[in-house]
Amino acid sequence: MSSLADVGRHTPVTIAAVDGERGFRRRLMEMGLVPGTRVTVTNVAPLGDPLEIEVRRGRLSIRRGEAAHILIKR
Amino acid sequence: MSPEQLPPVQRVALCGNPNTGKTTLFNALTGAQARTGNYPGVTVDRRVGKLRGRDDVEVIDVPGTYSLTARSIDEQIALDVILGLAPDATPADRPALLVLCVDATQLARSSYLVVQAQELGASCLVALTMTDEAGAAAPDPAALGRVLGCPVVPVVGRTGKNIEALRAAIERSLRTPAAEVPWRWKPSPALAAKIERVRAALPARWPASDGLALWALLSIGDDELDHIPPELRSAVHAVGPTTADDDEAVLGRWTWIDEQVAPLLERAPDRRFTDRLDRVLLNRALGMLVFASVMFVLFMSLFAWSEPAIALVEDLFGWTGEQARRVLPDGVLEDFVVDGVIAGVGSVLVFLPQILLLFFFLGLLEDLGYLARVAYLMDRIMRSMNLHGRAFVPMLSGFACAVPAIMATRTMERQRDRTLTMLVIPLMTCSARLPVYTLVIAALFPSSTFGGLSTKSLLMVAMYAFSVMTALGAAWVLSKTVRQLKAKRLPFVIELPPYRAPRLRDIVRMMWSKASMFLREAGTVILACTIVLWALLYFPRSSPEELAQLDEAAQAQAQMEHSYGAQLGKAIEPAIEPLGFDWKIGVGIIGAFAAREVFVATMGIIYGAGDDEGSLRDKLKEERKRDGTRAYSPLAGLSLMIFFALACQCMSTLAVVKRETGGYRWPLFMLGYMTVLAYAASLFVFQVGTLLGF
Repeated sequence: MSSLADVGRHTPVTIAAVDGERGFRRRLMEMGLVPGTRVTVTNVAPLGDPLEIEVRRGRLSIRRGEAAHILIKR
Repeated sequence: MSPEQLPPVQRVALCGNPNTGKTTLFNALTGAQARTGNYPGVTVDRRVGKLRGRDDVEVIDVPGTYSLTARSIDEQIALDVILGLAPDATPADRPALLVLCVDATQLARSSYLVVQAQELGASCLVALTMTDEAGAAAPDPAALGRVLGCPVVPVVGRTGKNIEALRAAIERSLRTPAAEVPWRWKPSPALAAKIERVRAALPARWPASDGLALWALLSIGDDELDHIPPELRSAVHAVGPTTADDDEAVLGRWTWIDEQVAPLLERAPDRRFTDRLDRVLLNRALGMLVFASVMFVLFMSLFAWSEPAIALVEDLFGWTGEQARRVLPDGVLEDFVVDGVIAGVGSVLVFLPQILLLFFFLGLLEDLGYLARVAYLMDRIMRSMNLHGRAFVPMLSGFACAVPAIMATRTMERQRDRTLTMLVIPLMTCSARLPVYTLVIAALFPSSTFGGLSTKSLLMVAMYAFSVMTALGAAWVLSKTVRQLKAKRLPFVIELPPYRAPRLRDIVRMMWSKASMFLREAGTVILACTIVLWALLYFPRSSPEELAQLDEAAQAQAQMEHSYGAQLGKAIEPAIEPLGFDWKIGVGIIGAFAAREVFVATMGIIYGAGDDEGSLRDKLKEERKRDGTRAYSPLAGLSLMIFFALACQCMSTLAVVKRETGGYRWPLFMLGYMTVLAYAASLFVFQVGTLLGF
C-alpha cells in the first residue's frame, strides 16, 4: 500500500490507516489524520522536506518520514 | 478583612489550540494586570489575571494544545490546570469554568478539544474566534451552541468586538454552569470494561469520572508524565491498553465532529492571500532569499543596531558610578558601591536592549505566522542534528548574545527541544568573544596573507565557522548520549496558520513580561555573581605604603597581583600550563566569568596598561618566560581562542539557564561539559601544535 509520502502534489487521497508506535500514531490521529480523512499534499519545502498538507480545511506541516506512516488509498 | 471573609475566588481556565487568538483574548479579558510565572517543574509560562471588573474571578491562560491526552510533562499541564490535578492542588484550584477558544476557520480541529473537555465533565463555554476571517461562511453561534451543548459567544479579539458579551457570558456560566453532556460516542463493551477497571484505581483526590479513566488509559504507557500515582499506573498496565483502544476513542470523537460540527462551517476559509504569499515565501529560490533577509535583519538588529542602547546603559551606569564616587568617602565602601553594586546592576540591565529587541521580533514573526514557516523551511537542516526547526532563531541569536537566545527557546513547545537548544547556544560565537579574539589575533599573530586574504581576518572567519560546527555537533552528540535529550519518536506536525496582521499591544505586553521576568529571576543571580567576582579581584587590599610610590596603572596592577583572584590564578597555573597559559591568563579567565569581554580589561590591569589596548598588545607580544622565550606564541593564542570558543565563561548564561530550566542541574551540566570540552580541545591544540614545532 502506498503512503502519503509517495503522493504527488495536489492529488487528493484518502487515509486508509496510520501505523507506527502508539504515542506517535495517536498524536497524528488526534491532529485529525484518521482513517477516512481526505488529504492533499499542497507543497514541499524548498529542501525537499517537510511536506505541507491540507486536511479538514487546515494546513499542516509533516515530515516525509512521518507521512510514510500514513497509508492511503486513492 | 480576614481571609475567611473574602469571597472565594472562582477560576476560569482559558484554553484552545495554538493560533486561535487565545493570547489576545486573555489580554482583553484581564486587562493589564496579569502575572506571568512558571508552572512548577516545567518552564512553560503560567499567566494568571483577574477578570476585568471582578476581583473574585481569576482567569488562567492554559498553554495552547490540540489535545488533552498527554505523553510529556509539557502536554500534561493543560489537563492539570483544567482538572486541578497538580500534586499541590486543592479542590478550590479546579476551574469552575473552561473557556474554549474555537477558531471559526478551523472549526472541526478546534472542536476536538471541546469534545475531550466535555468527556472529562468540565463546564464549558465556547469563544468562537476568527469570525472576521471566516466571514459569511462563519458558523451560526446559536446552531453551534445547540450542537456542542454549551453557550457559544462569537468574538473578534483583534478589535475587541463582543468581549463584553463574552465577559457577561462567563459570569452567567459561573452562576449557572451548563449541564453535563453525554459522550459523543459509545465505547465498545471491551473498552467500557477497561474504563471501569481503571476508574476504580483513580486516586481519591481526582474526580472519579469515566473521562479521566479514559484519559489515563490513553496517556499512560511509554509516557514521561510525572505525578501519576503508581497504583493508577499499574492498574492501566494490568488492563493492557492497545492501539485499538486509541482508535476507538479518537475515531469516535472525529466521526461525531465530522458529522455534526464540520458542516456548520459552510465553506473552506478563504486562503487565497496566504497561498499567494506562500508561493513567494516558501519558494525554493525567492523564499530562501526572503528568509535570509529576514534573518539578516533580525541578526543585525541584535548584533549591531542594539549597540547604541547598550552603550547608553553602559554610559548611564558609568556616569552614576562617577557621581557616587564624588559623594562617597574613599575606601572599601566606595569601591563596593561603584565597582560592585552599580556596575553589577549595569551588567544586568545591559541585556535589556537585546532581550526586548529579540522578543519584539519573535512576537512579530509569530503573530504574522512566519515563525511556523521558519520551522518549516529549516526543519530539514535542524533535524539532521536532532534539533527542532524552531531552534533556528534562538541559535542565530546566539551569535549576538546567549542570554536573550536562551530565553527565546520558549517558542518551542517540548521541554526536550528547549533544553537541548539551550545547551548548545553558548557555543555560538557571541559578540562578547569578539574583543577577546581581536586582542589575541592582533597581539599574537603575524600580519601575513593567505591566498590573497589577510590571515588575521581569515582566523576570525574560522572562529565563526568553528563555533557553528561545534554547536551543531554538540547538539547531535548530546541528543545521542544524554537520556533526557534523546529524540522521541513523536511526530513533528505543526500548523501553518494563515498570515495575519500582528497585534502590537500584545507584543509589547509580552516583551515587558519577558524583560521583567529576566530582571526578577536571572538579574538577581547575575548581580550577586558580579559582586562576588569583584570581591575576588579586590581583596585582600595592599597596604597604602606599598602603593604610595606607584602611578595609577601600577597601583591597580599591584593590587590585582595581590588579590585572591591572582592567588587562584597562580594555584591553577599547573593545570592550565599544558594549554599554553600562565597565571596571568588564569586571572583573566576567572575575571571573564563576569562577561567574556572583561578578559581584555583584566589583562589591561594585570599588565599595567590600564585601558590602553595598543600598549596591552605590545606587552603581550613582549612578555617573556623565565628562560627568555616568548610567553605567548601564536599557538598559545590559538589555544586561548579555542578555550574561549568552547568554555562556558559566562555567569549570565548560567543564570538564565538556571531560570529557564528551573534548577541547578542543567546549568551545572552545561558548565561541566563545556569546560571539559574547552580544556580538552585547547590541550590537544597546544600539545599537538608544540609537537609539530609551531
